[in-house]
Amino acid sequence: MNSQPDEQARKETFVEEMQEHHGAERLPYCFQCGVCASSCPVARTTPRFNPREVIRHALMNDKESVLTTEAIWLCCSCYACQERCPQKVEIADLMMAFRNVASQRGLVPKGYIEQASGFLMEGRIALPSGFAQKQRESMGLPALPSTGVEALRKIMAKTGFEKTLQKAKEAK
Amino acid sequence: MNSYALFLGCTIPAREPSYEVSARKAMKALDIELNDMKGSTCCAPIPIESLDYMTSLSTAAYNVALAEEMNMDMVTLCNGCFQNLCRTNEVLKKDAHLREKVNEVLAETGKRFRGTKNVYHYLQVLNRDIGREHIKESMVRSLKALKVAPFYGSHLLKPSEVLRFDEFEDPHVLDDLIAATGAQPVQYLYKNRCCGGLLRGTADDLAVGIARRVISSAVKAKADCMTTVCPFCWLQLDTGQLEIRRTFNEAYNIPVLHYPELLCLALGIEPKELGLQTHRVRVDPLLQKIA
Repeated sequence: MNSQPDEQARKETFVEEMQEHHGAERLPYCFQCGVCASSCPVARTTPRFNPREVIRHALMNDKESVLTTEAIWLCCSCYACQERCPQKVEIADLMMAFRNVASQRGLVPKGYIEQASGFLMEGRIALPSGFAQKQRESMGLPALPSTGVEALRKIMAKTGFEKTLQKAKEAK
Repeated sequence: MNSYALFLGCTIPAREPSYEVSARKAMKALDIELNDMKGSTCCAPIPIESLDYMTSLSTAAYNVALAEEMNMDMVTLCNGCFQNLCRTNEVLKKDAHLREKVNEVLAETGKRFRGTKNVYHYLQVLNRDIGREHIKESMVRSLKALKVAPFYGSHLLKPSEVLRFDEFEDPHVLDDLIAATGAQPVQYLYKNRCCGGLLRGTADDLAVGIARRVISSAVKAKADCMTTVCPFCWLQLDTGQLEIRRTFNEAYNIPVLHYPELLCLALGIEPKELGLQTHRVRVDPLLQKIA
């Protein structure tokens, strides 16, 4: 072990920084038992994601590796790990907290940018095509009401979502 | 009559008209009034929460506030909407500090979250307001011949402490509601597991792999069909079978019904009124079995 942590680093470790975020409060309680990994449907399908490993990097304050890994975006948010964690680490919420911090740096996958753009422009993350509209009509469904997208834009201006999305687009 | 504000969400109107048609018909037949919401938006689920928690929370609260103005509890047809809206509602009811922060954001829109209403998934409404006995009594067409594999979806069940829908490790509400239609619920390992839907668009190869495991488990249990209660689960299990065929060269051909389609069939509604031809996996073999 190198004997680095100076006073400054001790005050502002990545773990401490993360604990300010919703869902990451109990991050330091993880004791690496691996119940999360053995409950994870994604980890069962691919070696590209293992929640225990992501948390291990975080606990070692390896901020760069956590924020830049594809893995944090491969969590399916099924919450199986979170329900079963014996230390009550809110793992699914924690993965989203990592994504929130990565997003502040513009590190967002393309698929997420597309959905966020639809959300910003139309108030929907899935947009009905002309064909879908006709299909609805022919099946006797009521016309789709317009969304409250103006209100949504006001919300996003206030929370800074527009800027976050803009940064993510520019980073591509 | 029980009256609710219907939160339709994005995916159902964009892609799955047969789900909406059957849900509206079944609820009407069972005397539940669904009132369309004006000016609602996307509920801002996990794809938005992943970028910014506060935006997701405020947007969900905005939509709940619309239902509060209608003076009605809200009902959803989508597990994603249910999880996000119910979670937000419950979190904000308890946390006064966070509620104040959210209301500061909402002040820009002239709305205010008060925390006076509840958010339900329609299975809760069927189970509680209507009751399985009444559903049983309303059934006209016999579905006795059908073995149905229930698929719950993660966001109906978890986080269980907040959603309080059912036992997440061993749920039974959907099983019971299938039994109420006269069909036979089938037990299989993956009924309460993840559908993989969130990985669509980010890691399609992984999404297909997860769907394949769920579907093959239901086929092994000798189910005639699967039934889902969420548009993403349905997309994964129905449309996903085309992708599985392309990727793994395996053809399962197991029809996937939205639960209200099963209900409508049992209520005696004609299949041609339900838009079943919009399914990617053909449902004709099922219709022959119950004809």
